[in-house]
Amino acid sequence: MTGEPRPAPPPTGPPAGPDRVIRTGLLARVEGEGTVRIRVRGGRVEAARLSLVEPPRFFEAFLRGRAWTEAPDITARICGICPVAYQLSAVAAMEQIGGIRVDGPAAALRRLIYCGEWLESHALHVFLLHLPDFLGHDSAVALARDRPELVRHGLALKKAGNTVMRVIGGRSVHPVNVRVGGWYRVPTRRELNTLVGPLERARDLAAGAVRLAAGLDFADRAPAPAPVLVALAQPGEYPIERGRIVSSTGLDLPAADFDQYFAEEQVPWSNALHSRLLPVAAGDGRRVDGGSYLVGPAARFGLNAPVLAPAARSVAAETGLGAPETNPSRSILIRCVEMVHAADEGLRIIAGYDEPDRPAQPVAPRAGVGYGVTEAPRGLLYHRYETDAAGTIVSARIVPPTAQNQRRIEEDLRGVAERFLGAPDHELAARCERAVRDYDPCISCATHFLTVQIEALP
Amino acid sequence: MIGLGNLCRGDDGAGLLVARRLAGRVPAGVDVLELDGEPAGLLTAGERVEAAWLVDAADAVRAATPAGTILRFDAGVRPLPAPVFAAASTHAIGLAEALEIARALGRLPEHTVVYAIAGREFGAGDVPCRPVEAAAGTVADAIRVELARYRAASRRIAAARGSWEREARGDASRVQTGQRDGGET
Repeated sequence: MTGEPRPAPPPTGPPAGPDRVIRTGLLARVEGEGTVRIRVRGGRVEAARLSLVEPPRFFEAFLRGRAWTEAPDITARICGICPVAYQLSAVAAMEQIGGIRVDGPAAALRRLIYCGEWLESHALHVFLLHLPDFLGHDSAVALARDRPELVRHGLALKKAGNTVMRVIGGRSVHPVNVRVGGWYRVPTRRELNTLVGPLERARDLAAGAVRLAAGLDFADRAPAPAPVLVALAQPGEYPIERGRIVSSTGLDLPAADFDQYFAEEQVPWSNALHSRLLPVAAGDGRRVDGGSYLVGPAARFGLNAPVLAPAARSVAAETGLGAPETNPSRSILIRCVEMVHAADEGLRIIAGYDEPDRPAQPVAPRAGVGYGVTEAPRGLLYHRYETDAAGTIVSARIVPPTAQNQRRIEEDLRGVAERFLGAPDHELAARCERAVRDYDPCISCATHFLTVQIEALP
Repeated sequence: MIGLGNLCRGDDGAGLLVARRLAGRVPAGVDVLELDGEPAGLLTAGERVEAAWLVDAADAVRAATPAGTILRFDAGVRPLPAPVFAAASTHAIGLAEALEIARALGRLPEHTVVYAIAGREFGAGDVPCRPVEAAAGTVADAIRVELARYRAASRRIAAARGSWEREARGDASRVQTGQRDGGET
């Protein structure tokens, strides 16, 4: 299945009635701003479109002329939820230009701070944004009133992630300790030991969340066509801060080849660029059709489930979660499994930590092009930079996960709208909102608000 | 005191401007924080907080006021008018929603004041407009005055409570003494 957009059904018959446009209020519980517009003509869904505003475009221009060492701190400002993802994709690209490779304890710390970000981001989405949909509540406030213990668990998980980010990164939002070549300061073993208790508790809470999520009702979710999955992969480890780009269609490539296999294109209804697969030959010689693809937890899990941390693998098996998982709503279950993984992996890293002799390697500016890809909580995040001999950034390109998923979300929205077209307007709008939330589109990286407009034409 | 917002999004940075004006200029025991992530971070920002002053941007259009207008709410007493805040929030969980979650969980300080500064430009790369910058100075001054009043009131209350407790202990002591005396007779 290529995920190719389904063609609009042909117009049928005469106008069925007067034109009408239905607008719902702001769509809450989606990280960002944007609009869903469903156009219905002659009783058929003609178009399902998601419009997003995409700050990375501004940042790409803003980065030009700045020093290469500034990229991690500037790009961290793109998103208040996943600053570490931006920082670590940026430093990976700059270190490639500088010709160095960060390894050992400094690299382990990068994976650890990323585990913290996964925890805080996933906990926010699972407990405050997504879970209300399944428990019959229209907001996290209603959930907090009805099931305060669940929200407390979610906040404890989020706090554990924030604490990891603060201890390693200096701040829990927009950490300031990441630098090209390593770190400005590395934590002591004693400082890392303070994270053991919170991470052990987080692992238990996350395992409980997996069991809770496994019991939710997913039966009424409109099925989505099986997507092309794209994620990083690294032998023997679940991908977080490094790896090659792989797909369910057989792609296996370094970050430098991203542009040869993936394209971004402008669409008239959105400020965000749409990503798609270019039609190319896969590693085994097959031709892979271009079209939408999916990044994020479901893609990571689908391509890497066997290398999850033991605790995560065990609880996933206990609940019957298998890879690949194609029901988009069940992404909540995968996020919970990934929280178990992040906590368990964090504990493993802390147990093996030896404070490095120096926090960073020396690295000098060079003219060149560098590429960085990491797994942000919402999926693959690609950076490309070109610098001159003095280290000044000549060009920057950032492809966030939400832009990559946008086409896929629209295809799914069309299916949801078609399936529930006979429902009352408010229910159809609510179904569409839920469908978008299944993908956890990023707030600050991509959007502010999401409104749903259902446009019924004759 | 917590300033919320994003200085890369024009007038949305109003809360951060106030926090920066107050940093280092508040009494001991008062923390000044910048929260440039999502307001859900408020829910894990601090525990055992006695009183809170929050500053965020509001949408001038939604609030039906000119940019730079200052709004003040006693959030400890009643919920924020959600539409005013939701429209200007750059986040999934808006400030109003975060405070209501805190209230539902029993984590909202009884004394929680929210200042909102009406803004009109929230685009990436915008800078705060002059009326918003001016309002940030006014709000910072107002919060310093409120902090001083709050601390003075707290001291009076603490003194009164101490006096009352001493008196109560004295009464209890007298009662106990009386009982003992009574028992002895």
